[in-house]
Amino acid sequence: MRTTDAEGTGTETTVPGTNGNGTAGTGGAGTSGAVTGSAAAGKAARAGRRKQAAAAEERPVLARFPRPARLAGYTLLLAFALLYALPFLIQVATSFKTDPEAASRPLSLLPEAPTTAVFEKLSGSGEAGDGVPFTRWLGNSTLVTVVVTLGRVLFDSAAGYALARLRFRGRALLVTFVIAVMAVPPVVLLIPKFLVLNTLGIFDTYTGMIVPLLFDAAGIFIMKQFFESIPREVEEAARIDGAGIGRIFWYVVLPMSRPALITVTLLSFQGSWNEFTHFLVATQSSDYETLTTGLARFVSGGLGAGTQYPLKLGAALLSTIPVAVLFFCFQRYFIRGANAGAVKE
Amino acid sequence: MSTSTGTPAPPSTAGRPGPSPRSRFASRGTRGREGLWGWLFVSPMVLGLGLFMALPIVMAAWVSLLNWDGQSNPFTPDADFVGLANYRSLLAEDGLARTLLATSLRNNTYYVLLTVPLQTALSLTLAIVVNQRMLRGRSMLRTTFYFPSVTSSIAVCTVFLFLFQGSGAVNQLLGYVGVKGPNWFADPRGVLWVLLEAAGVIDGEKPGGFLAEHRLMGLPWSEWLAGPSVAMCTLILLAVWTTSGTFMLIFLAALQNIPRELEEAAALDGAARRHVLRHVLLPALRPVMFLVTTLGLIATWQVFDQVYVLGQGDPANTTLTPAFLSYSYGFDNAEFGQGAAISFVLLAIVLLMTGVQRVLLRERGSRRPRRARGRQAQDTPEKGAVRAHD
Repeated sequence: MRTTDAEGTGTETTVPGTNGNGTAGTGGAGTSGAVTGSAAAGKAARAGRRKQAAAAEERPVLARFPRPARLAGYTLLLAFALLYALPFLIQVATSFKTDPEAASRPLSLLPEAPTTAVFEKLSGSGEAGDGVPFTRWLGNSTLVTVVVTLGRVLFDSAAGYALARLRFRGRALLVTFVIAVMAVPPVVLLIPKFLVLNTLGIFDTYTGMIVPLLFDAAGIFIMKQFFESIPREVEEAARIDGAGIGRIFWYVVLPMSRPALITVTLLSFQGSWNEFTHFLVATQSSDYETLTTGLARFVSGGLGAGTQYPLKLGAALLSTIPVAVLFFCFQRYFIRGANAGAVKE
Repeated sequence: MSTSTGTPAPPSTAGRPGPSPRSRFASRGTRGREGLWGWLFVSPMVLGLGLFMALPIVMAAWVSLLNWDGQSNPFTPDADFVGLANYRSLLAEDGLARTLLATSLRNNTYYVLLTVPLQTALSLTLAIVVNQRMLRGRSMLRTTFYFPSVTSSIAVCTVFLFLFQGSGAVNQLLGYVGVKGPNWFADPRGVLWVLLEAAGVIDGEKPGGFLAEHRLMGLPWSEWLAGPSVAMCTLILLAVWTTSGTFMLIFLAALQNIPRELEEAAALDGAARRHVLRHVLLPALRPVMFLVTTLGLIATWQVFDQVYVLGQGDPANTTLTPAFLSYSYGFDNAEFGQGAAISFVLLAIVLLMTGVQRVLLRERGSRRPRRARGRQAQDTPEKGAVRAHD
């Protein structure tokens, strides 16, 4: 698709180019004129065809850019996209390099002597070798993420349903409370959270890592918003059939809420997998290190010994993979989640 | 008791054609149970959010008035109550705490001033480009731009640390075009001085001249005006790179909500592309623009993860931010009272930013439509539609 387009464009880009140079250049006026003539004719014919085709499908509101501009645009856009993709490509390539090669050829995308030493080291059980207990980090991250995600989906949907549908005293106040909580900047809570965990005696425990993450105002809001969009008639029909509120919620409303549930599940997974600051203030001992806190300590020099960039990048790569896989499988839910940020307004 | 006053319609039904008599009857029958279920459903959330979001703020407010090292129980009468001393040392008294806070505010201000406009402009541009109907590979591009936003900040920082080393990939790329890149993460020089020195305006050895003599909050003016350090610039690049995808999606959703007829009408009137952009798209995007800049402002004042991984304030405290300073006072120096006081200063800044922006936007919002109406009277139908849209 793209190559044919580029070829087609190639013949025409020369036209304005020669015209532009024509003023400065000498001679060749005849040939350039001929090129212009034939290309202009071809352009007109193609434009006619394109107009028909476009009218048949979705027609653009404005005229398309002229071809040279379009070609330049595509080039620029591709270069830009590369800017976004290249760091990840370099990351992948580097994790298969040796330390010396990573230092001497940091930009190359093909390792000279590919090695999987990094991944063997990372999967090796625990403390041995470089003191990078990757499997422990992975285990902690997985445990916390799974529990937090399950809990959040349950609490978010229950609270969201109550705030959207059930009538009870204080509901309006609670909605305000949820919105206010969303406005609290999380970083301000670093020391405060430590205070609470310390006072409750759950500092440096799995409980302290998991429980505070279970409550998430943004997720409640997403669920509330979704429940409000469901037609009431469905629930009322069930109610008339004699179903209680608990049954209606569980058997009628939740099955209808798959898209919102998936969104909240993915956001929770991503959020708790990538969570850093909470674990940083909730734990102290290395037994509770997750992929984020462990990697951060390793990278910022806590684990000593050289630069070891392949090892660092490999660990970072492995910690990215689960979220990346989910992202590529469920992209549209992520997009919905990103736009749920707009809900706050 | 009359039904209409007895069961006030909840706000969510306001937009609907009121509940049918049958449903009203049914809900009256189960109202007591609804209250019970309602509280049952929300109680975990109320407890959790209260315990881990609201209570911490109250506790921290108390601790910010103490001299507390994190060991004893701060909620006993034995606590070392020092009143506002922690705030005084931050804001009023000459000393290390005030200089550090001033440095961190300086750093973060530059970070915000550069990051927010850049990420907003970039994400808006990306959204408009990706929204072109005739663009090939739109979804592919969208995925590419968005992907950095979903990955863990720590993992991405690791990659940046590698890319921006002294002899790393970025400097190698710059070398191809004949530029000798700086030693990014180790370079504390302010960008402004670097540029002025390169232009031959000032002497690089002691930038700022007489400005170095005078101080504001314990920090010389030459430092205040130095601009972000080279190291801080990498953090800015990182922030723009990771957030532009998310904001692009928000803009994209808004663009797709703009009725097509609006653009078509403008195009029929012979409006050029940039006029459509300026008079149709941008006005319709204004509420989203507000949202994006607000989210950006709030987020950039809280930058923490990146600082933690990429230098912990080094080089020469030029990547120090209030959020990291607060953490560092608490967890590195065991001065939790001082740390908590810094969090409240930060909270005040974030709330102030949001408030100021709200006021600014409200004023502009009330003035705007009148001006637009005056300027182009002939295309009132679209203008009306734009206003109806936002």
